[in-house]
Amino acid sequence: MAAERKTKLSKNLLRMKFMQRGLDSETKKQLEEEEKKIISEEHWYLDLPELKEKESVIIEEQSFLLCEDLLYGRMSFRGFNPEVEKLMLQMNAKNKAEDEDEDEIVELDVSDEEMARRYETLVGTIGKKFAKKRDRANYEEDENGNIKPVKAKKMFLKPQD
Amino acid sequence: MAEAVQFAAESLAGGRARAARTVLDQVVLPGEELLLPEQEDVEGPGGAGERPLRLNAGTRSRLRVVCGPGLRRCGDRLLVTKCGRLRHKDPGSGSSGGVYWVDSQQKRYVPVKGDHVIGIVTAKSGDIFKVDVGGSEPASLSYLAFEGATKRNRPNVQVGDLIYGQFVVANKDMEPEMVCIDSCGRANGMGVIGHDGLLFKVTLGLIRKLLAPECEIIQEVGKLYPLEIVFGMNGRIWVKAKTIQQTLILANILEACEHMTADQRKQIFARLAEN
Repeated sequence: MAAERKTKLSKNLLRMKFMQRGLDSETKKQLEEEEKKIISEEHWYLDLPELKEKESVIIEEQSFLLCEDLLYGRMSFRGFNPEVEKLMLQMNAKNKAEDEDEDEIVELDVSDEEMARRYETLVGTIGKKFAKKRDRANYEEDENGNIKPVKAKKMFLKPQD
Repeated sequence: MAEAVQFAAESLAGGRARAARTVLDQVVLPGEELLLPEQEDVEGPGGAGERPLRLNAGTRSRLRVVCGPGLRRCGDRLLVTKCGRLRHKDPGSGSSGGVYWVDSQQKRYVPVKGDHVIGIVTAKSGDIFKVDVGGSEPASLSYLAFEGATKRNRPNVQVGDLIYGQFVVANKDMEPEMVCIDSCGRANGMGVIGHDGLLFKVTLGLIRKLLAPECEIIQEVGKLYPLEIVFGMNGRIWVKAKTIQQTLILANILEACEHMTADQRKQIFARLAEN
């Protein structure tokens, strides 16, 4: 029965990957094109003429901020509200020169030198946390509250002959 | 003024569009079309849409022009939608061709994005406040839109408070939304305006006149006595001075100075300075 005629394979079966390996490139291309045609015909599209997008050089804005340089809306005179007066200077100066970087000098509570000193002894302060009770004696504080440098650990002394 | 209106009416009747450059600081009426500078030589005296052949037709300089309030884009031209004087501002730097707008007068405010306005809190519902700004619908203000506000740390805002804030969303399709912080999260003077004081309404044009950089009225007012003023672009002004009488005087001056000439104003200020 198998010798009488070739068994007819279905289209879906022929489209499967393992059946395509034996085909040559031309038949492959043809099959692909057919598939693409089927898929694109199924897609919906509007049958309208193509609208050309006009390059518009005019931009519409409804805001008066671009048109006129207006001052800041809050005002205070003769010291009635000092915060608003400070704001007035700040905001109106911002309008005049937009690329202004104001450096604020913050008053330091702790001077830079003291910070450096504290960080030097950081080893002592953190080490104190993990030291066992015996070693805590090494971390005594002197008058200023600064940690004294760690004393040398007691090593095993070899007995001398 | 009468001749300007007559000329405008004639040109409208003739159907010719005028060049924007020639109409600066003159009265324009709604419905007029204005030509931008780069199109003037194309419209010859024949006018009716015939364009002479130009060898360099494609190399028109493409300057970006901004059309401001009172103007609309109509093809390549500007269409006037409000009556008033046409103004122009040259850009200091950059490739834009400047801003054109119509300086008109009106009392009704339409919310615009970026405007700083004074609003009155009318309702508190859930997470937002409803703020009346004088537009067609109340704006919504989220309680998180204040400096330093978190879900647990709510701002102290009650119904009836005055708020100074700016719009982040304002178009004709949606309810306007306002906030009391800027893009960095700082208040910059926005938020609840303090107690006392007086809120009154003026025309929008007066607000812009008073907020102009060199405004004599504000300079003279500032010399009278210690006071505080907040201007909202929606036509609302809030003033506060030490006594009620001073506050009322200030409110009356600001309302009246729209229709006074400079001389009359100086007289009134001189009289006040004497008292």
